[in-house]
Amino acid sequence: MTCIAALLGRGWMGRPLVIAVPYVWLGLFFLAPFAIMFYISWVDMGNDILPFKPLWDEASGVLRLRFDNYTSLWRSDQGQWFDTLYVDAYLRSVWYAALSACICLLVGYPFAYAMTRADARWRPLLLLMVMLPFWTSLLLRVYAWKGLLADQGIVNQALLALGWVQTAPVLLYTDVSLLVGMAYVYLPFMVLPLYAALSKQNPQWLEAAYDLGCTPWRAFWIVTVPLSWRGIGAGMILVFVPSLGEFVIPSLLGGPENLMIGRVLWDEMFTANNWPRASALATVMVLAIVVPLVWYARVAAKDDRG
Amino acid sequence: MTGEASLAEKGFLSTDAVVKQFDAAVAVNGVSLSIRRGEIFALLGSSGCGKSTLLRMLAGFERPTQGRIYLDGVDITDWPPYERPINMMFQSYALFPHLSVWDNVAFGLRREHVAAASLADRVDAMLNLVQLGAYAKRKPHQLSGGQQQRVALARSLVKRPQLLLLDEPLGALDKKLREQTQFELVNIIEQVGVTCVMVTHDQEEAMTMASRVAVMDKGRVLQVGEPHDIYEFPASRFVADFIGNVNLFDGELIEDLPERCVLRTEVGPIHVGHGVSGALGSTLTVAIRPEKISIARADAAKPLAHNAWRGKVEEIAYFGAYSTYIVTLEHGQRMKVTESNALRHGHRDITWEDDVVMWCDVMAPVVMPAT
Amino acid sequence: MAKGLWAGRAWLALVYAFLYAPLLYMVVFSFNSTRQDARYTGFSWRWYEALLNDTKLVDGFWLSVQVATLTGLLSVVVGTFAAYVLVRYRRFGGRSLFAGMAHAPLVMPEVVVGLSLLLLMVGIQTLLGWPERGVLTIVIGHTLLGSAYAMVVIQARLSEMDRRIEEAAMDLGARPYQVFMLVTLPNMTQALVAAFLLAFTLSFDDVVIAEFLSGPGVNTLPQVVFGYARRGINPTVFAAATLLMLAVTTAAVAYSVWVLRRSRQRAGEAKRALAS
Repeated sequence: MTCIAALLGRGWMGRPLVIAVPYVWLGLFFLAPFAIMFYISWVDMGNDILPFKPLWDEASGVLRLRFDNYTSLWRSDQGQWFDTLYVDAYLRSVWYAALSACICLLVGYPFAYAMTRADARWRPLLLLMVMLPFWTSLLLRVYAWKGLLADQGIVNQALLALGWVQTAPVLLYTDVSLLVGMAYVYLPFMVLPLYAALSKQNPQWLEAAYDLGCTPWRAFWIVTVPLSWRGIGAGMILVFVPSLGEFVIPSLLGGPENLMIGRVLWDEMFTANNWPRASALATVMVLAIVVPLVWYARVAAKDDRG
Repeated sequence: MTGEASLAEKGFLSTDAVVKQFDAAVAVNGVSLSIRRGEIFALLGSSGCGKSTLLRMLAGFERPTQGRIYLDGVDITDWPPYERPINMMFQSYALFPHLSVWDNVAFGLRREHVAAASLADRVDAMLNLVQLGAYAKRKPHQLSGGQQQRVALARSLVKRPQLLLLDEPLGALDKKLREQTQFELVNIIEQVGVTCVMVTHDQEEAMTMASRVAVMDKGRVLQVGEPHDIYEFPASRFVADFIGNVNLFDGELIEDLPERCVLRTEVGPIHVGHGVSGALGSTLTVAIRPEKISIARADAAKPLAHNAWRGKVEEIAYFGAYSTYIVTLEHGQRMKVTESNALRHGHRDITWEDDVVMWCDVMAPVVMPAT
Repeated sequence: MAKGLWAGRAWLALVYAFLYAPLLYMVVFSFNSTRQDARYTGFSWRWYEALLNDTKLVDGFWLSVQVATLTGLLSVVVGTFAAYVLVRYRRFGGRSLFAGMAHAPLVMPEVVVGLSLLLLMVGIQTLLGWPERGVLTIVIGHTLLGSAYAMVVIQARLSEMDRRIEEAAMDLGARPYQVFMLVTLPNMTQALVAAFLLAFTLSFDDVVIAEFLSGPGVNTLPQVVFGYARRGINPTVFAAATLLMLAVTTAAVAYSVWVLRRSRQRAGEAKRALAS
């Protein structure tokens, strides 16, 4: 420890060391795993000890690349393009993630707005109360929804009692329970950026709008909402991106028709034991998520600078 | 390489053609200064002139692109700030928010591994010197601005540095506090006996506190001298204009003798009581300070041979202790004259629209190059 | 306008009800006298007794606490390094790659992170014969995520910190390492605590990465609960949830009170100073 201190104490020499520590950490535990994963995505599935066969065939010296780890993702065994369960699951994941983001926005925007209108004394408490469920285990909360949405569960009992339905609908293991779970878990991720954006807004903008003849309803739609677009954007991304690869919620609340891509990856890995194809799938997932994000980040940065 | 003589010439702190360049912009453009031991030296200039960059190079926070810096004969150009026997008092004080006043002052001594007993003595002595002994346990945010400044001063003096740097020391204070602090600061510095370099954009601050002033503009030093010399003998138009008020006229040298010379200007011939170095016909600038010009009502004045002007009072600025008159001359030129209000009476001697006569002694004008 | 105000308040109440309904449900039914998850049959402590006797849950809890504490500490250290590098060093070779890598775990699906780390661990194990998948591997996986979040929190604080106190420290003779330990870190304590809590919670709550990277017989609390969940509803889990919520609420309230007190104190002292 003291030798590190001595090195760092050398001033201008300490800088490379400080940069090296996190760099090495990230290189070892972030970059290297992805490199390995990419490598594995090209090999043959194996059996017993190693779940895959090596890339380089020692005997014949031939590089054995299994392209169909990738091609089987979007081309079924019968040769149909995009008729695979992977494509299905991916599209379904995008759909659910987008729906979740929209639901969170619809529920969360008025909520965040109402929070900013609340008395300043209460706001820290309101914020705390939004965050508190978030600090409580996600797993346990989703687990609770299993109980609530069961066929004879509380929710169905309430629906029947209120007379909104005639027979108890099947809620659990459907896309309804899945979306309820997603919205529930990701709501704070939408509320917080919205609250941050809305609370920074200058109340004098609204006053200026009223002064110029705008009704409160119109002012909300042409002043408040557009000026909070950054919060909306941040919230949508914070909900959409993690929802895509979500595993726990679909596993506990979704049914066999609600298969999402995270679950598919898991099954490929632990049920089918097909590590190479799972790696290929993961690689494609990374590209599908990371590339658009990087593009978005560049666009947003340019907008900031401009 | 450098003999004893040149080291002594170099001064206690000297910079040798120091240049600092940030990408395309040159902040400091070849500054060579020589500062004597024990003096208070001011770098005076408006923002962007390079004075702060120069100060930061002395402290060690910036490295000169070119040039060297010597302290007491030692080349310290490449030394990092924590190795230099130089301490700085920051404009924003930069007190450590998480430490008490006492610990703030003790911080520097602790880095030197001073013995505990001696450390305590020195910190206590310094706090008493700045009259903050009673506040030793307080944290910076519990102090007023003036008190924070005294902590900052104590913190930078307690290490007995060879050089003290002050960055706009009075900038954050209001006017009343400024005057009081000015003298307190100088007293403490002289009591401790440390060499001091200060940076300021406020001429009053520089003129009252410093023993020598360097006027800077666009990265260069235009003139170095005692406040009196800078004021009465400005070497360039910029310096004359920057310090105090001044009347500036461009003129052609029409007569040049050892004991006097005459320049033809837009306000007529100006007679100067000494010779100048320059060819006849060359263009030079004449500067006359407003307080060196006398003014009187036209009907009450006696005509003079030269350095006299007639005009009409256009504006008067009343400052209580003195008044400044802006007089328009025959062909539209304007002159600024300052008179102290020595007599106390209810009426004005000279008022707006009055015809007046102004004159000055031949020793009053200063001649300098035209640019 | 008043109509809007009450509509807003109603919506607030509704959404809060939605957020807290599952929690309330679990608390109530953890005291249920029968196994029923939909009908309340009477008050009983039986599930809390069952909880104490359920070794899997109890062991899982302690394991999770261990893992989460280690993760929290490690995440703060790595996160501080990463944040410092990103905030203070504006130019160095490979900075964009570094920034990308540092932020990437925030957007990667956990299944992908888990998969890739598992492959790494298997690879290292084949080469070196170590480590066995267990606590260490889970901690590494959790820290990868936790350090990214910690970095974001610490970065925010570092970038707004007044750099002149660091310059003042250097001017007074502190070397860069000392400046960091004596001046920078002490002025970041709130951010460091927040980062630790964030990483701790993330780790304590995670099931995906734990499943990928754990070994036989090593089961964190979320793993145990996940196993139970797949088999149906078990009120013992409700009892565990209730206790957990109690702990979290207490901690959250204590933390908020601490932060609130500090800021009130500061404001009061500054006021008094200005007046003097």
